[in-house]
Amino acid sequence: MNFTQSFKLALKSLKTSKMRAFLTMLGIIIGVGAVIVILSLGNGMTNMMNSQFEKMGSNLIQVMTYGRGTGGTRDVDVEDLYELVDKYPQYLTGVTPYVSASAKVRYQTDDYARTSVYGVSEAFFKEDTKGTMQGETLAEGRFLSYIDVDRHQNVCVIGDYLAQTAFRGDALGKTISLSGVPYTVIGVLSKSGDSSEGSADDVIYIPYENAQRMGTGTMMMGTDEMFLLTATSRDTASAAKGIVEKRLYKTYQSSDYYMVMTSAEMMDAMNTMMNTMLIVLVAIAAISLLVGGIGIMNIMLVSVTERTREIGIRKSLGAKQKDIRGQFVIEAGTTSAVGGVLGIVFGLLLARAATIAVGAIMSSSMNGITFSAVPTLSDIAVSFGVSVGIGVLFGYLPANKAAKLNPIDALRYD
Amino acid sequence: MEHLIELKDVYKIYHMGDEDVHALDGVSLTIDKGEFVAIVGQSGSGKSTAMNIIGCLDVPTSGTYHLGGVDVSTMDDDQQAEIRNKMLGFIFQQYNLIPKLTVLENVELPLLYAGVGAEERKERAVAALGRVGLADKQKNLPSQLSGGQQQRVSIARALAGNPSVILADEPTGALDSRTGREVLGFLQKLNQEGDTVVLITHDNSIAVKAKRIVRLQDGRIIYDGDASDPAAVVQPEETGADGEVGV
Repeated sequence: MNFTQSFKLALKSLKTSKMRAFLTMLGIIIGVGAVIVILSLGNGMTNMMNSQFEKMGSNLIQVMTYGRGTGGTRDVDVEDLYELVDKYPQYLTGVTPYVSASAKVRYQTDDYARTSVYGVSEAFFKEDTKGTMQGETLAEGRFLSYIDVDRHQNVCVIGDYLAQTAFRGDALGKTISLSGVPYTVIGVLSKSGDSSEGSADDVIYIPYENAQRMGTGTMMMGTDEMFLLTATSRDTASAAKGIVEKRLYKTYQSSDYYMVMTSAEMMDAMNTMMNTMLIVLVAIAAISLLVGGIGIMNIMLVSVTERTREIGIRKSLGAKQKDIRGQFVIEAGTTSAVGGVLGIVFGLLLARAATIAVGAIMSSSMNGITFSAVPTLSDIAVSFGVSVGIGVLFGYLPANKAAKLNPIDALRYD
Repeated sequence: MEHLIELKDVYKIYHMGDEDVHALDGVSLTIDKGEFVAIVGQSGSGKSTAMNIIGCLDVPTSGTYHLGGVDVSTMDDDQQAEIRNKMLGFIFQQYNLIPKLTVLENVELPLLYAGVGAEERKERAVAALGRVGLADKQKNLPSQLSGGQQQRVSIARALAGNPSVILADEPTGALDSRTGREVLGFLQKLNQEGDTVVLITHDNSIAVKAKRIVRLQDGRIIYDGDASDPAAVVQPEETGADGEVGV
């Protein structure tokens, strides 16, 4: 069987009946396009999340405790965790409460409603790395000190956004109003993102007990308190996590009231969630591929009937069953392959549009991390392979029907 | 000596409802290399069935058929396809060219299925087109040619595979008498050049262009002899099995 001839013939018949070919391929185009867009978005999200976690540092440990109603036993507080850090210096290097405060931020006559206010202790700033637990560094001034935290001083460290926008680059020593209380700016953080409103640069750190007094703001649902700890290194992170969990269990006697996660685990959990979601979405999109395959089968059956005489002629000239079968399978495969290529192009265009749209919506809170929905090469290769496979699979039945035609009847067919 | 075509006591029986129709009712026939034989008969005489069996498109219910010394009467679909490809060249009433393919591609088809390489395929197809005088039309589509030209293309296609037998089924049926004569002249020329030609027709005036006439009626051979013998074109007067009078 001559593959190239069948292939050329298939392309030729696609070209001669463009509308029909397009309609035949439509299912495949939509299916492949949808799969490509979903995979692109998934890749974009995963990459974005991973770079966010990487910024945070891989030895961070997050502790969340949940409200336990009217239980008599006391909660684990930051003092307990300090003890733990002192006891296990080979695993843990520091701990700080991490309190999201709902404060009205005001400077002169301007309100900054999107600015996040967090209460932390001096341990949030790591002297050894000259940065916070989340990787932020100081541009000028200093971070909160033990004295500031202990005495509930009204001082704050602000992000680059406020320093530039509100104070025009001259913030040190100025005061800013947090829920009506004036706070003195003692430090300014370096720019870590695009320094836009609501981004990671639009932040204020104050002593944690001050934040608690303001009333806690948006935290993850049901979370009572949150602490951040740092492990000595990435390798000790899971051992450190075990130590913290043990301590928490000792107090709560149940693992329902707290959650301890290392940043690596958070990353893994997010990725797992993401992948599960992607699989479901791709499976749904794949249904469209299946429908596309059935469409191809339908048209191929019509085509076999229309070309019964041609099949008879070919057989009379010596075409064997496998030649005829091959011809029609190649034709179906070519149709869906062309559909697959169009679908990939369609998907790439949609992914590009999604990148632009998401970029426009999220740019302010992206912390300098860009979102870009691009499929991997293997996504494209697999999509293409699947579309060819579908054509071959669904083309086989009609092709087999053609191959089995009796040459005498086929020649006589009008 | 071995015959090119040898049918021995061939029966072809179709089951139509409760009735058995004997399309061929014990036909024995030999054709040698270089002959020009016309198989003549009215419709229903069994000549189409004979052509299908000689053309390896069908197998006999019983009896044997040797083509080029090989028993082809029990072959399966694919084996028959191979024999058709190597031994037979078909010329049909409706030309049976594939409309989407160019003249050259149509002529190349039997060579394609024979597994001939692209270059040789083209060379031989062009040569075959040259023999029918259409070498300049190779890039055309069949629909761009006249009926006579299309039939010549189909002759070229039949010749391209260099077959042992050229089987022409009512080759002039769709042509006007002048182009019909032209095509017949062509077949005669091929025969003079050494090709074996088997012509199937219902038309005596066409059959007499052959050298030998085999007349079929009701699935049996009722005449087999020289085309110049007046008896060859005498219409049988006897009545058929169903009582119908032969025309």
